[in-house]
Formats: sequence, structure tokens, C-alpha cells
Amino acid sequence: MKRGAETVSINKKTALNTFNQYSSLLKKELLLETRQQHTLYGVMLYIASTVFVLYLTMDAPDADTWNALFWITQLFICINAVAKSFLQEARGRMLYYYSITSPVVFILSKLTYNVILMLLMSMINLVLFTAFMGDLTTSFLQFFLISLVGAVGLSLVFTMLAAIASKAMQQASLMAILGFPIIIPQLLLLVRLSKTAFSEIFNQGVPTQLVLLLFALDVLIIFMAVILYPFLWKD
Amino acid sequence: MQFNWLKISAIVLLVYAIVGGLLLPVPELSQLGETIRNLYYHVCMWFAMMILYTISIIHSIKYLRNGKIEHDIKAVSYAGTGTYMGLLGYATGAIWASYTWADPNNPAYASFGSIMREPKLIGAATALLIYGAYFILRSSIADLDQRARVSAVYNIFSYAMLFPSIWIIPRLLPSLHPGQEGNPALNFNDIDARMRMVFYPAVLGWTFMGIWITTIVIRYKLLTEKKWTNNEK
Repeated sequence: MKRGAETVSINKKTALNTFNQYSSLLKKELLLETRQQHTLYGVMLYIASTVFVLYLTMDAPDADTWNALFWITQLFICINAVAKSFLQEARGRMLYYYSITSPVVFILSKLTYNVILMLLMSMINLVLFTAFMGDLTTSFLQFFLISLVGAVGLSLVFTMLAAIASKAMQQASLMAILGFPIIIPQLLLLVRLSKTAFSEIFNQGVPTQLVLLLFALDVLIIFMAVILYPFLWKD
Repeated sequence: MQFNWLKISAIVLLVYAIVGGLLLPVPELSQLGETIRNLYYHVCMWFAMMILYTISIIHSIKYLRNGKIEHDIKAVSYAGTGTYMGLLGYATGAIWASYTWADPNNPAYASFGSIMREPKLIGAATALLIYGAYFILRSSIADLDQRARVSAVYNIFSYAMLFPSIWIIPRLLPSLHPGQEGNPALNFNDIDARMRMVFYPAVLGWTFMGIWITTIVIRYKLLTEKKWTNNEK
């Protein structure tokens, strides 16, 4: 009986410890972002210049083109924003993480951080995009929410791919090669779903189904990341 | 001689599929005509491709579990043959489409853009792009063990992403391709009974052929591997 109580308390302790590790890793990422602001501003500038180039090359796109262009910019922003999360980790620092934490905690903190970063970046992208290209949506709030759902999915996939690509040479370009085929289904789902915000008529319940499907994919990605990252972890 | 039964049945089944496929009666459909016989070759290529990719994944999982390099060699060889089958699937599909789907008023290549939007073609193209990326990833890592591990992880991860896409995309986009309501060719009502007599043996035959080719590739690779390690000693 006493032993049982002990194990429970130990389990509680380790769970608490894991959570502490997770939150301090996440805190470290956020702190690093506020200290090394050049990378953050770099991504923001990337968004601004991409949208500006689109604005100059396209005059008055129709709703479908607007939608497609928005998701393509999201895709490229995501690659740029997420790529640095693993590329900036030096080998020595990875060794340090290796000694203080577990791979599952590490990848979960990376996933969370990248989701936060990408949510922020997609909001900036949406603001700039509507400012330059005009607001063609019929329900802006709906489109805003869909863009957030999309940002979560994109950042999850590319975090895992950044982890894979960081083990190879020519990491940044490799990430795009590895990622584009995998992201196709999600991107098609998102483009389809965001047509609700352009007042395209859907069958009853189809948009909800699509959103649920996207969340199911997110869960699948997190699941795969938790299973597979420990194998990438050891060098 | 390994897998003797497999080689013999591959030969028997393929001889039957080619002779029977060209001579046995088929339903007469005005749009398809005799091109319907391509079902025995075109659809089988996709089946063989998916089965070979699945075998590749199984070997990747085995590699991650026990770390034996021969599993990595098997995984990459099956992926290679699967990609080859996929390319053949595209080739047979292109011939078929140029007689059935292409706009007869223009040269066949002018219809490429509209044909390529097919959900099944997108799914197949995604699979081929993923395995293209898989080979690029492998070639960009120099260390043998790391290459095996990282590419196994990518193989499993992308397969887990690919399968939802093969089920999802066809339900999102309009399609001319048969099998719109579900998984093509798995539904019993899709195919005429006379054709099923040839179709299922043909699927098995082409798959066995793929496995046979791969076992030869694996044997060759294992021998080179052995030679290299011997030279190092």
C-alpha cells in the first residue's frame, strides 16, 4: 500500500518535472526570439516584400486568385519562419539538450513554439494582404479563423520536416522539396474550405467536416512527431 | 533460389494476363472501345506501386526497430521499384487518356493541363514527388547510419501523410476518373465479371514481378555492400 503511494507520488513528480522541462524550453524559445530580434524582423520583412511584389505584379485579382495567392504566401512564409527553428541549433547545443531533456518534450516545445510563431505571422500576412490586394472576402472573420486553422497545420508539418532536414546538407532548400508533396492535401483542403468565406454555397455541414478533418490531420502529425522524433534525436 | 513459387507464379500470371487480356471478351462500351483492355496493365501498375511502397515502409519500420543496414537497403530498393511502377502507370495512363479523355480537335498534349487536375493523378503525382524527395534526402546525407535513420523517418512520416491525401482529395474535386465514390477498383460493382477474371490475376502478377525485380536489386546491393566492407578491412 505504502509502495503504491510512493510510486504514485514519483509518477506525479516526473509528470511535473516533464511539464517544467516543457515550459522552460518553450520559455527559452520565446526569450531567444525577443533577444535575437533580427530573425523575427527578417520574417516580417519577408512577408512585407512578398506581398508588395504580388501587389505590383497583379492588379485586381479575382476571388479565386486572391485565395490561391494568399495560401501560397502562407506556405512560403511558413517555410521561412519554421526553417530557422532547427537550423539555428548548433551541434553543441543539441548535445546539451540531449543531456538535460527527453526528445518528446523537446519536439513538443518546438511544435508549440512554431505554432505560436506561425499564428502571429499569418495574422501579419492577412493584414498586409488585405491592405494591398483589397478585401475580397464576404466574411472576413470566417477567413481569418480559417487562416489560423491553416497556420497551425502548416507549422506542425514543417516543424517535423525541419527536424528531418536539419540532419542533411542544403537544409533550407531540402525542406521545401520534402514538404511540398506532403502539404498538398492540407493546402487543397484549406483552399476549398476558405471558399466558404467567399460565399460559395456548400452542402450542409461540409465546412465543419473539413475543419474537423484538418484537426484530425494535426493530431496525426503530432502523433507521428512524438513517435518518430526520438529516432532523429540521437546522433 | 529464393521465392521460387513467386517467380513461377509471376510468369504464369503475366502470361495469362497478357494473352487473356488481349483475347478474352470484354464489355463493349462506346467511349472506351477496345482501350478498356488497358485496365489490366494501367491499374495494375498503381496497385503494384502502392504494395511495393507499403513493403518499403515495413522495412523502414524494421530498420528503426533493430538498426540492421540490410533493412535500409530493402526499404530503398522497394521504393525504387515502386517509383518505376508509378512511372509505368503514368505512361500507360497517358496512352489511355490520349484516346479517351483528350480533346480530339486539338493535339493530345494540349489537353494536359485539364487532365492533370484529376484527383487520382494528383494522388499519384504526390506519391512520386514524395519518393523523389526521399531519394534526394538520401543522397544529401553522407553518413551511412544517419542516412538510413533519417530517410526511414521521412519514409514513415510521408506515408502517414500520403494515405489520408489519397482518400481525401478524390472526395474534394470533380473527376472523370472511374471510382469516384470510393476506392477505385476495390469495389466489386465497378468491374464487369468477365474482366475481373483477368484483372485480379494481373494485379498479383505485376506485383510479384515488382517483388522479383526488387529481390535482384537487393541481392546486388548487398553484394556491393559486402565488397566495400571487405575492402576496408
